[in-house]
Amino acid sequence: MKPSASAEGEHTAVYFDTVTKRFDDVAALNAVTLGVGRSEFVTLLGPSGCGKTTLLKLAAGFLGPDGGSISIEGKRVNDIPTYRRGIGMMFQNYALFPHMSVADNVAYGLKTRRVPKADRDKRVADALALVKLKGMENRKPRQLSGGQQQRVALARALVINPTVLLLDEPFSALDKSLRTSMQVELREIQRRLGLTTIFVTHDQGEALSMSDRVAVMSEGRIRQLGSPVDVYRSPADPFVASFVGDNNRLRGQFVSMQAKQAIVALGDALVRVPGESLSGLEKSAAVDLFVRPEQFDVVAPEEPCTIKGSVVAQIYQGGHVDLQIECSGGAGERLLVRSPGEQAVLRWPMGAPVGVAIQADQCSAFPAA
Amino acid sequence: MIPRSTYQKVLGWVGLLAVLVIVAFLVLPAAVVTIAAFNDKPILSFPPQTWSWRWFGRALAYEDFRQGFFNGLIVTAWSSTIALCVGGMFAFVIDRYKFPLKSAIEGILISPLVIPHFTVGLGFLILAAQVGLSRGFAVVVICHVILVLPFVLRSVYVSLRNLDQSYEHAAASLGAGPLRVLTTVTLPLLLPGLVSGWLFAAILSFNEFTASLFVTSQRTQTLPVAMYNYVREFADPSMAALSVMYIVGTAALIAFANAFLGLGKVLNIEQSH
Repeated sequence: MKPSASAEGEHTAVYFDTVTKRFDDVAALNAVTLGVGRSEFVTLLGPSGCGKTTLLKLAAGFLGPDGGSISIEGKRVNDIPTYRRGIGMMFQNYALFPHMSVADNVAYGLKTRRVPKADRDKRVADALALVKLKGMENRKPRQLSGGQQQRVALARALVINPTVLLLDEPFSALDKSLRTSMQVELREIQRRLGLTTIFVTHDQGEALSMSDRVAVMSEGRIRQLGSPVDVYRSPADPFVASFVGDNNRLRGQFVSMQAKQAIVALGDALVRVPGESLSGLEKSAAVDLFVRPEQFDVVAPEEPCTIKGSVVAQIYQGGHVDLQIECSGGAGERLLVRSPGEQAVLRWPMGAPVGVAIQADQCSAFPAA
Repeated sequence: MIPRSTYQKVLGWVGLLAVLVIVAFLVLPAAVVTIAAFNDKPILSFPPQTWSWRWFGRALAYEDFRQGFFNGLIVTAWSSTIALCVGGMFAFVIDRYKFPLKSAIEGILISPLVIPHFTVGLGFLILAAQVGLSRGFAVVVICHVILVLPFVLRSVYVSLRNLDQSYEHAAASLGAGPLRVLTTVTLPLLLPGLVSGWLFAAILSFNEFTASLFVTSQRTQTLPVAMYNYVREFADPSMAALSVMYIVGTAALIAFANAFLGLGKVLNIEQSH
């Protein structure tokens, strides 16, 4: 955790201080503390019901917290209504006003701020140019495609120069190719304007590709806060390990600690894994190893390896090949193994007996629950 | 064995016939009255032997009908507008806030559907006499407000339910205070629901007879009451002519609303977004 995340400093734009929110006795947020730095892009990532949207709504002021406090630019906003918070927000369904033209939608926030008409027209034109929608001023939202509607929503949120940009799953309604290009475009604009941004999504790929930092949430708590690489490479707990990215869970037994590494028995084989989270375990306690698909090496069965099995499925993905390998012996566990390039298609055909080696120093290990 | 296609064909014809019969049955009374209106003779008979427009002239010229029509307009305009304001506010409160006895209050607001119109009329007649209120327009308007309120309430409530709150959230996030959100976003988006509620109320109020019979006087009688009084004394086709004008007028009103707002939205049978 970076220092800016744990304490409110002068570079903090939004700060949630032990924020709690209950809905009819069910805790939606449990003493959540999170600092978002100025110009930082922070993603709240988690499954539905984890509290990420609630946290965003608290920042927007659509909900009030039951405990703790929220500040924006150092000012406590608990009792400040949405319309005085100076935020910009994009909604899942865009929420463009259907009875107004594109230009009127974008101008709405300037009219509430009583910006004079000449200045307003110029800023609307600039905002529409920024999102590449020149010439669409007089269309109604329903005459636009999904991608164009999203651009209008972005222009409407940006034109008021918000102190914070709040994004509530804005890409979920777009098809995949459009989504990727909009993600890149949004991130570019966000960087160029240096906008503090809080982004909510359940899509871990989106979170990893866009964020400066990711807060992985579950059951009303932040389970891990860190850079995308941190969250992917060193998950803080089994939930984060299995939620972010593909992961294989292997059950083993703790053998001993050597320096900072733990020796874990996987069947007959011994592997040496990072051991910080296993210190204090008793011998032969159950351990879960989380191994990414790309942290396996497939080898011929007679070569030294950790697990033996056979290929039961090949999924050709262009740049890489995913293999499903059923472990021999045991309960027919399946491993997802990712092999870069295309060689695996011919080299490891369906049914071929293979050996699997683990790049054990890369994987994560936790005491089994 | 009948081939499947023949079987389906027969079923199709039977279905079509059934639909036609039902439609004919629905239209029958209106058709009979319309035809009877053009009878030249001063009797309500069917089918007429000779034809004339003269009963339309008679209906338009008859003083009680003229008076009843304008009384009806006054009562309808006031009662449906008041019902729209009151019902709209109640619908808003019921949709947006939680409070104790909410379902009980909803029940009471819907209760005119259960209480017969003559009971409401009689109740108001007694009350008006009790407080010494003369039988003026006020009593008729209040009585009609009570009768049409449930329809307005439902209409606005359904529109509010269908209104995605993110529009209002978006407006607030752009710096609009509650009043501005209401006037620039909520009300414009609710407009079809409000218009349909008002239109329903207006048609109901203009056609209302049972309660009106109790609470109107000679001076304030509405068109249906005037027609009832007329038919007690005369039996000529001017009643039928008036009915035709009624039907044409209402149809024109609905067609007008349809042209501007879309019938689906006006009748609240389609989601506005």
